[in-house]
Amino acid sequence: MSGLFDDAARRLRSNPGALCAMFIILSMVALTLIGPWFNPNGGEALDWSHVASQPALQSAHWFGTDRLGRDLFARTLQGTRVSLAVGLVASAVSLLVGIGYGGVAGYVGGRTDHVMMRIIEILSGLPLIFFVIFLTVIFGRNEYLLFLSIGAVGWLTMARIVRGQTLSIRQREFIEAAVASGAGTARIIAKHVIPNVIGPVIVYATLTVPQIIMFESFLSFLGLGIQEPRASLGTLIAEGAGEMEAAPWILLVPGGFLAVLLLCLNIFGDGLRDALDVKER
Amino acid sequence: MTPLLSIEEVSVSFSQHKRSIAAVRQVSLAVAARECVGIVGESGSGKTQVFMAVMGLLAANARADGSVRFEGHDILATAPEHLNRVRGSKLTMIFQDPMTSLTPHLKIGTQLAEVLVCHAGKSWSEARIAARRMLERVRVPEPIRRLNQYPHELSGGLRQRVMIGMSLLCDPMLVIADEPTTALDVTVQAQIIELLRAMREEVGTALVLISHDLAVVAGLADRILVMYAGRIVESATAVELFRHAQHPYTAELLKCIPSLSSPRLERLPTLAGQPPQPGDSLPGCMFAPRCSRAAERCRVERPLLAPTVGIARHVACHYPLPP
Amino acid sequence: MNAVISVSNPLLRITDLRVDFGSHTALRDVSFDLFAGETLGLVGESGSGKSTLARAILRLVRSSHGSVVWRGRDLLSCDSRELRALRRDLQIVFQDPLASLNPRMTVGEAIAEPLCIFEGALNARERTGRVAAMLERVGLTAHMISRFPHEFSGGQCQRIGIARAMILSPKLLVCDEPVSSLDVSIQGQIVNLLLDLQRDVGTAMIFISHNLAVVRHLSHRILVMYAGRLVEIAPRDALFAAPIHPYSRALLAAVPSPTPVSRTVQASAAPVEASSSQPVTTGCAFRGRCAYAVAVCAITIPPLEEMTPGHWAACHRGRELPASGLGTFRGC
Repeated sequence: MSGLFDDAARRLRSNPGALCAMFIILSMVALTLIGPWFNPNGGEALDWSHVASQPALQSAHWFGTDRLGRDLFARTLQGTRVSLAVGLVASAVSLLVGIGYGGVAGYVGGRTDHVMMRIIEILSGLPLIFFVIFLTVIFGRNEYLLFLSIGAVGWLTMARIVRGQTLSIRQREFIEAAVASGAGTARIIAKHVIPNVIGPVIVYATLTVPQIIMFESFLSFLGLGIQEPRASLGTLIAEGAGEMEAAPWILLVPGGFLAVLLLCLNIFGDGLRDALDVKER
Repeated sequence: MTPLLSIEEVSVSFSQHKRSIAAVRQVSLAVAARECVGIVGESGSGKTQVFMAVMGLLAANARADGSVRFEGHDILATAPEHLNRVRGSKLTMIFQDPMTSLTPHLKIGTQLAEVLVCHAGKSWSEARIAARRMLERVRVPEPIRRLNQYPHELSGGLRQRVMIGMSLLCDPMLVIADEPTTALDVTVQAQIIELLRAMREEVGTALVLISHDLAVVAGLADRILVMYAGRIVESATAVELFRHAQHPYTAELLKCIPSLSSPRLERLPTLAGQPPQPGDSLPGCMFAPRCSRAAERCRVERPLLAPTVGIARHVACHYPLPP
Repeated sequence: MNAVISVSNPLLRITDLRVDFGSHTALRDVSFDLFAGETLGLVGESGSGKSTLARAILRLVRSSHGSVVWRGRDLLSCDSRELRALRRDLQIVFQDPLASLNPRMTVGEAIAEPLCIFEGALNARERTGRVAAMLERVGLTAHMISRFPHEFSGGQCQRIGIARAMILSPKLLVCDEPVSSLDVSIQGQIVNLLLDLQRDVGTAMIFISHNLAVVRHLSHRILVMYAGRLVEIAPRDALFAAPIHPYSRALLAAVPSPTPVSRTVQASAAPVEASSSQPVTTGCAFRGRCAYAVAVCAITIPPLEEMTPGHWAACHRGRELPASGLGTFRGC
């Protein structure tokens, strides 16, 4: 195990693109956390003297304000924080559920696997967007519900990936060798299956984060996600889209943040995949 | 007389993780018309890569240098579209695993006929008749039924027969067979060797037979080249080579082959040490670390392929075994 | 090689073993005994059920019928706890040395695994010591202990596989084509290593190979398989001097000889080869390729009979065929 990660870290370090992306992501996370300390403007305070003012470093509002006079810098940081949180939490939910469900289906196999996979097929047959709208209509708009509903659907693919990996690992000869050595099921799963499954799973999880952020933004853009006065990058973009002609920065600032974040997450995920891929050696 | 195929100073290297790994180092050889040349070497000796370079089938990260002349034309410098006309008709290749070179979703008959339609410009109906005749020639039982079967419906031996037939469809000048019997069982292997021998007598094409197994090559080749770590270390006629190997590696290899005709031993004869890994490089002879005859000179000075007794006899060794 | 073989009590007695994969029967009516210290060679072509037999003996595949009695205990009816305990004495070496090693485990961890399972009382230092000693024993060096399998050549990986199998000094070692994927120059090293370890430990061995010339060097008795059945069981010298079953004869005749002189001697064989998926449901499975087949071969399955003392063959015409090992045969 340790060897796996040492090796991966070494390969990751030799990939400047992924390192750069990781650095940018970490800076953005740091900015969302400590940024508010340096910004005198709160995200919800209305500054009637500056309504939809342009970005300027000399003024009080570095990134300008929106049409209600709220500081765009503070709003964007808050939105980024929410978007990242949604992405991470929902990915973690899907990772946990997916590993558990997929691992059991793949390792136990047979009829159990058959039934569990049919359930996944039925669930993935439901259109996600209607599912979310449905939940929103029933339970009202709620951030936690958003986490839950995205995570609840995100694990489907994760479970499929984990199951596929487990199945293929199970057929590998070294598993047979371990059985022949007298290893019990628990030992085989812990020492032989998981270390070989974990690489692709981590990679997929990394690539899930931007997908979920994108999806959350999409839902928020449609007005189904985060609610005013709270903001996510999606709601900010939706807001900005309305003012695009008069005050383009209201769209461009959160849009730029989202684009950079997604790009970096994807590049980092790709780098991680290359680093963890043993086949290439 | 100009040889049919002449390979001069061909090197093949693979770039991997920004490193260049040499697989073949300055190999020169020639194949005359109607000749059967055996190429023998262990895995990683570069024996296959030489001919992959000849066929223009090297992997994307590979680089081939040197000159390969087929019927006098340099084919390493030829544009791929010209090469395609030569490759598959005048110059064909048979692979170790016929399943990977036959298309799984096309019937045998279609695949065979396609070769003739593409390369010889025949009509489909003519081509199918020729395909049936070819299956008869390579002694495939029930050829008409086979034409309508898919590759997976045939046994390994039959698939290899089909591949041999396919390689002979356009009356090639040279067939390169890369480990044609390695994936097959002993009894089937004997038959495929027999078929290759018969085909050579009937058709008269030149044949390059690549194998890790000296015993397989022994029965077919006129001349045998032994490769080690990307270089040819010995070249001799088959009879000469088996009667008296001059390179210590060849001699040791011959000793290692378990045989039913030799007396049973308590321990098998072995060749000490590990075969060199691709990319390994030594200033002197690559075999020196495993060689019992190696002297200081072998470790510092690379032996070149030098002619010894007889015309067709070359050995790359400072201290070849005396006759 | 000259271990005293106890004739009275077999170490392993296999009776009527049968393995089905869905509707395909990979192995049927397999019965034989293995004695302590003995080496059995198992030969046959690919798909003949050799590897399935190896795995069925170790209960790595499910057998549908029969018994595998290991020192008086039927492995097929053990519960999984008891079976795991018995695995200490039953080890296997696989054909593909790299595939049989976990790519995420260091060589040291792989070799130590049986120790971790069966000798939990050892502390980490003792374990490392045992592993290092074993590495040296199989011809590697102790400093390789923390490397990963992909850093080794095929022959070295096979040494690692052998070290893992032998570290607990098992009483039975099953070798499933351990040298088939290795270069000729390495094969001898591995076979000699197995012989040395066997001599030191007194392990009984089942050695599977398609290479008769290799099997001849290390087996006391040889089993020949064809289409999921044993067709011949014979002491080594008897098999090579006078094979009875036509398939064994064909196998012997087909071994290529490493000399160019033999090219004129080889008979030209007429190809009669069945499609890969053509099941033979009645009679002798080999009859389609057999030059000696008669009417009865198509009707009843020949039982394995003792033709001469200790030499068994499953052929209706086993007693009447000419004695020579190199009779003409048709087929592949």
